[in-house]
Amino acid sequence: MADPAPIYEILRERLRAEEPVALATVVEGPGAGSKLLVVPGQDPVGSLGNEDLDRVVGRDVRGELDAGRSGMRHYGPRGQAGETTVSVFIESFAPPPQMWIFGAVDFTAALARVAKVLGYRVTVCDARPVFATERRFPMADEVVVDWPHRLVEARGAELGPSDAVCVLTHDPKFDVPAIVAALATDVGYLGAMGSRRTDEDRRERLRAEGVTEEQLARIMGPIGLDIGARTPEETAISILAEVIALRTGRPAPSLRDTAGSIHR
Amino acid sequence: MREILDDIERWRAAGKRVAVARVVDIDGSGPREPGAAMAVNEDGEVAGSVSGGCVEGAVVTEALQILQGAERRIVTFGYSDDEAFAVGLTCGGTVHLFIEPLDW
Repeated sequence: MADPAPIYEILRERLRAEEPVALATVVEGPGAGSKLLVVPGQDPVGSLGNEDLDRVVGRDVRGELDAGRSGMRHYGPRGQAGETTVSVFIESFAPPPQMWIFGAVDFTAALARVAKVLGYRVTVCDARPVFATERRFPMADEVVVDWPHRLVEARGAELGPSDAVCVLTHDPKFDVPAIVAALATDVGYLGAMGSRRTDEDRRERLRAEGVTEEQLARIMGPIGLDIGARTPEETAISILAEVIALRTGRPAPSLRDTAGSIHR
Repeated sequence: MREILDDIERWRAAGKRVAVARVVDIDGSGPREPGAAMAVNEDGEVAGSVSGGCVEGAVVTEALQILQGAERRIVTFGYSDDEAFAVGLTCGGTVHLFIEPLDW
């Protein structure tokens, strides 16, 4: 191969650093293969053939990257709308979604492992230094020894609609303030583990903290889909399956929305 | 692309030429989303995937042709109402792949 290829090199470094980047490629029409690489806050690299097309596509690419979408767009030779001379594939590389797991318990390792399979960046947080160790959770990207609500208060702005918070502490001392803090974020999935009795008790405590019924409705608790999970691994699958179903809007039965014993 | 970077780096370090196939469009139900990527080196070694395994063999053939000088292009796999393509997808969808040499 000839000289190092600048667009690929920049793309590779951004992907390695898990930083947002988007690549537009002409896949049909004049100049097939030409590329425009967009890094937020910087000038685009490369060109699709002329300045007008670069300007129009560059604007569209930023919008697609913000929305985390990839797909085909069609333009005239100078970026005209409503024409189909040039087909451009816009590929968005958003940073991976995050999963924050509160509570360094038996279920945490299995949940962290399954979340990694689905491409999450996993943070485990527990206030007890004996339990929250990297040795116990080598699959986690990050193990934080702190009260969960303090982590959310410090870094909750990082959480968005594609991220998840799973509260596994089972202890109202930790989980009530953590849930109150998480409800103030834009996190897309907020689940809390416990039996139906624990969950009812927790919801009462949250009401006493001033949490509204509308906010309570955001909480997936008891956490997970109603698939009869028993082991930590099965439970982890039921939780991630619920995360997927919530994102896609599919009516898979959640434990929150069913009655009776969780383990049958 | 993210999941095939390590293989691409290894091949480039060994001086191998590489072609990349990416899903750019899907009609009907497709197994992989736009952006799913597969890399093929000049020896026919493969990283990543662009379907549930239905079309990968055909993609290798196309990618090797492109590494040998054929034009980079969109290649379509799947069944449609009016014509049957050479290789189908079990899910019944049609997938459009852009295959090109990694020379950028």
